[in-house]
Amino acid sequence: MEKLVVPTMADMMAKGEKPEVLFWVGCAGSFDDRAKKVTKAVAKILQHSGVSFAVLGMEESCTGDPAKRAGHEFLFQMQAMSNVMVLNGYEVTKIVTACPHCFNTIKNEYPSLGGNYEVVHHSQLLQQLIDAGRLKVEGGSFKGKKITFHDPCYLGRANGEYEAPRSVIQKLDIYFTEMKRSRANGLCCGAGGAQMFKEPENGNKDINIERAEEALALNPEIIAVGCPFCMTMLSDGVKNFNKEHEVQVKDIAEMIAEAIDIN
Amino acid sequence: MIANILFVLLLIAGVGLFTKKIRSVIRNIKLGQDLNLSDRPMERLQTMIRVALGQSKMGSRPVAAFFHVILYVGFIIINIEVIEIIIDGVFGTHRVLSFLGGFYNFLIGSFEYLAFLVLIACFVFLSRRNILKLKRFHMKEMTKWPKSDANIILITEIFLMSAFLIMNACDFQLQTLQAEHYFKGEIVGAFPISSALISFLPSEVSTLEFIERFCWWFHIIGILAFLNYVPYSKHFHIMLAFPNTYYSKLTPKGQFTNMESVTNEVKLMLDPSATPPPTDAPPARFGAKDVQDLTWKQLMDSYSCTECGRCTSACPANITGKLLSPRKIMMDTRDRLEEVGKNIDQHGADFNDSKSLLGNYITEEELWACTSCNACTEACPVNIDPLSIIIDMRRYLVMEQSTAPAELQGMFAKIENNGAPWQFPASDRMNWTKDEN
Repeated sequence: MEKLVVPTMADMMAKGEKPEVLFWVGCAGSFDDRAKKVTKAVAKILQHSGVSFAVLGMEESCTGDPAKRAGHEFLFQMQAMSNVMVLNGYEVTKIVTACPHCFNTIKNEYPSLGGNYEVVHHSQLLQQLIDAGRLKVEGGSFKGKKITFHDPCYLGRANGEYEAPRSVIQKLDIYFTEMKRSRANGLCCGAGGAQMFKEPENGNKDINIERAEEALALNPEIIAVGCPFCMTMLSDGVKNFNKEHEVQVKDIAEMIAEAIDIN
Repeated sequence: MIANILFVLLLIAGVGLFTKKIRSVIRNIKLGQDLNLSDRPMERLQTMIRVALGQSKMGSRPVAAFFHVILYVGFIIINIEVIEIIIDGVFGTHRVLSFLGGFYNFLIGSFEYLAFLVLIACFVFLSRRNILKLKRFHMKEMTKWPKSDANIILITEIFLMSAFLIMNACDFQLQTLQAEHYFKGEIVGAFPISSALISFLPSEVSTLEFIERFCWWFHIIGILAFLNYVPYSKHFHIMLAFPNTYYSKLTPKGQFTNMESVTNEVKLMLDPSATPPPTDAPPARFGAKDVQDLTWKQLMDSYSCTECGRCTSACPANITGKLLSPRKIMMDTRDRLEEVGKNIDQHGADFNDSKSLLGNYITEEELWACTSCNACTEACPVNIDPLSIIIDMRRYLVMEQSTAPAELQGMFAKIENNGAPWQFPASDRMNWTKDEN
């Protein structure tokens, strides 16, 4: 298999080149061990599809999403404006990210702070690549597998994208099954709004347990996700029911990379 | 003649009182912060037509949607009849619009069918609340008044519709008996429903007249009373649904406002040589502590809330037993706004009752339980945005009080220090490229 080469924007600029797309890795994608696997899968798919891409590497910094949702507007805007300076410095025009929180923030909240880019979630880019014939996908090991998809709030309700992730994984000839609470009625995994970084308030159940229970009731082989926070929350939820050996939680990019045997 | 004068006086009193209350509601809404929503008028109009007039967001619960449409259509159409009632009342005429002939009969006939359907819908809704005891109508914030409010409305509606039908039945009988004042050479109106009641009516003309007049007065006084009840009630949504959906948030649900006052300061921090933009006086505070810190739209949202609880029943925090209920956020906002309004009426605009929405009504625990998932805003049939109020209050807590939960304070510090919400140096950002698999 081809060796994965991940150039930074600085590398590219030094060579006088400009990539087709900037891959915004995000903090979870950079530091969380489980999410790093997804990051790698996305990079491999980009390379496999002949998409010229680069990352910011050390120059990337938190988008400010968790600060903003937690009410720290100062910190958010500090982060946003510094990031915009970096991005504009590299004349970035298109950004792809595997994190719906980064996606939402850069796409919707950066423009009025001077950052105007075409921002796509990786499910949307995968869809674009498949539609353009640059990425060919067949079922492979996923054929006939019972799979459900958990909508990330910041991709679905927040930005109205319900189709791309579904359409991408359905290319794998899977047996697709929906949870009752899906699409616009999808139930949050419990991590949004900066909940990822704190213990939940007192209640009678954790939200990720409620959601995992709903997904497990369908008896799926895989719970597909499109967000690093959902990945953490649902993996924990599945473990809570001691089902982690029977039911996998996988990002759609991992599934695609595995199906085309580049993972 | 006395009846006409009495009627006119009642009408003036009813409409006058209503106008007074509406002015106080508008005054209260204007206590909110400025917000320019004059953009995209066509899109706003379309949203209003789709969501308020077309009730597009009701459909997710088909049973409620079906009976709600009946009540809604019934309410609007039957109120055409009020026009005639007012003219008859002022001039002492009887069924003044009957010159419309066949069309008039068609109208009166349809009102009767609708009135009957409205009666059924009211009974259905009453049983959903009081016999089936749907969970969302019996949550914590549904204290005595919100519960009674819903029942008062439904029972009033039943009385109004019954009076309307009994009145028509008596009228039909009086016309059949060719009673003076009622009979005009032929029977006017169509009475497909009320004619079924005739066998229960007395036969004497004078008693019939008495019942007919009683029901007529009851109906119009009931409507005037109802008109004045509405602005105090959850039922206010029948009016406010329209402006409230017109001023809906049109940007993606995930897009939160970028506070301009913060932008100016951050620009100065990042580039000290920049000249501060000419602005008016700096805002009194960052975020929202009390209703005056919210925008007028957020305050209008609170008056538009019909306490149906669809937001709360979709809220992941509430579903899992946390204190947060988006419906309660809206009810608290309205209650506090009414309290602030009363204070102004009684003690003048500068009165400080040392209470606030945050603290006296809404607790920090509720605010910190929100996942900002937008399930509440998606569920709301009239596009109310409880999430924006929650975030504005978090902004107050964080930027004015520094009272976020300790883990969040830690997360802020990590973002400030190493540009990530976790304790990793930027130099580790490329480690994923090196990891084996």
